[in-house]
Amino acid sequence: MTTNVLFDAPGPKARARNRVYGAVSALAILGLLAFIIHRLDVTGQFQHSLWDTYQYNDTQERILEGLLTTLKTFAFAAAFSLAFGALLATARLSDHRPVRWAATVVVEFFRAMPLLIMIFLLSAAIFTTEPMWALVIGLTLYNGSVQAEIFRSGIKALPKGQSEAAYAIGLRKTQVMTGILVPQAVRSMLPSIISQLVVTLKDTSLGFIILYEELLYVGKGFAQQQPPVGGVYAYIPMMIIFGSIYIVLCLALSGIANWIERRTKRSRKGAPPAPPVAVELGNAAGAGPAA
Amino acid sequence: MNVLTDHFADFREGFLNTVELTVLSALLALVLGTLIAAFRVSPVPALRVFGTTWVTLLRNTPLVLLFLAVTLGLPALGLKGWDTFWLAVLALGCYTSAFICEAIRSGINTVPMGQAEAARSIGMTFSQTLGQVVLPQALRTAIPPIGSLMIALAKNTAIASGFNVTELGAVQQQLNADEGYNIYVIFLWIAICYLIITFVISGLFRLLENRMAVAR
Repeated sequence: MTTNVLFDAPGPKARARNRVYGAVSALAILGLLAFIIHRLDVTGQFQHSLWDTYQYNDTQERILEGLLTTLKTFAFAAAFSLAFGALLATARLSDHRPVRWAATVVVEFFRAMPLLIMIFLLSAAIFTTEPMWALVIGLTLYNGSVQAEIFRSGIKALPKGQSEAAYAIGLRKTQVMTGILVPQAVRSMLPSIISQLVVTLKDTSLGFIILYEELLYVGKGFAQQQPPVGGVYAYIPMMIIFGSIYIVLCLALSGIANWIERRTKRSRKGAPPAPPVAVELGNAAGAGPAA
Repeated sequence: MNVLTDHFADFREGFLNTVELTVLSALLALVLGTLIAAFRVSPVPALRVFGTTWVTLLRNTPLVLLFLAVTLGLPALGLKGWDTFWLAVLALGCYTSAFICEAIRSGINTVPMGQAEAARSIGMTFSQTLGQVVLPQALRTAIPPIGSLMIALAKNTAIASGFNVTELGAVQQQLNADEGYNIYVIFLWIAICYLIITFVISGLFRLLENRMAVAR
């Protein structure tokens, strides 16, 4: 990390100064938070009647339903986009020039198009009554193209010796791909693949705009249905609750990505050289912290 | 008969609004992103925590929810009378700033350690080291990722159409609802408009990259 290279280890004077800066900025941030909370309070967002509804089973069931709809859409979109991405990546790595070109055009086009514009087209032209499929197909086309690029760059990044060695022992192209290149590429690209899945998950909320009953739509429906309490609509409680649900979901997914990244980084270097036997014996008696 | 010539005024307004939205939110995102990146590497812990929280929250929130927060949440907090266009700029700018911050921070990490060490050893303070030595070099390596973030931003402006901003996406929706035109043709023209914008952005950034290229 360069973080600690940018400034010296502080001396007594700098430490005092940093403490002052720290106090001032902490105060400023706390002040900002306090101001926001004050505004929330003044505008009556903390009236309990605005929050009561979230205690009812009925409400919780509806939130759960919205969550399940979002997760179902995400599951479809993720599975289809991975399959579509694999197909496109195969086509882009093909030996036949027309296939390669066609795949390149498809990938570049869908990557350059705003996803929402695609979804508008699909929902107006094809899936006029099923917004879910407009959303799923739109997400598949866009994220599939991105996944294809991730797969392809993963395969391209492998050392050339891998495929050369495989061809040299007489494997056919399909065998080289499925047996040698793809397993390695998927392993090194897994973090990027998962962060693209996080993007897919976040983008399921675009369904809100085409009036598909996913999590966010359910949330807005709540806020609009509830009669305003003292002239205050229930938007802020809804956003706090639904925002946290999304953030937790995304953090969980990216947590998986980080965990995989750490694991593969560790094993990439190979196992650490075996320590001398005598030391290992000595450690075996203790808890063996070096493992 | 032709949808483009019939509704040229709509298309022009939508196109110009999309461009304006992209440029303004890009400016906001660049300024905020650089500031937050500076926070995240600063010697003051409170600022570092603030920067990390900002990035974590915004990167994991769907943009649609952020749009909802500025269009419904801010007025509920008493901030009334803002134009939806400026609210959209705010949402897009804040959202993209989190990604810009990460791009710049990874740029800072690629600057060789010796640069900062040399700057410190001739007595520069943190803000001098960062502002005059490290950041100018970091920005150069951060230009290509920032370019692709700008393209993503231009595409994300389409979401503003769901929140009463007249831009290309809204034009498409409105014309789709009008009967009589082929929906695919409308899509084609809208697609061309977006392609123009994204090609211009990627061209600009390629130019910038060549101009600022530096031999290390």
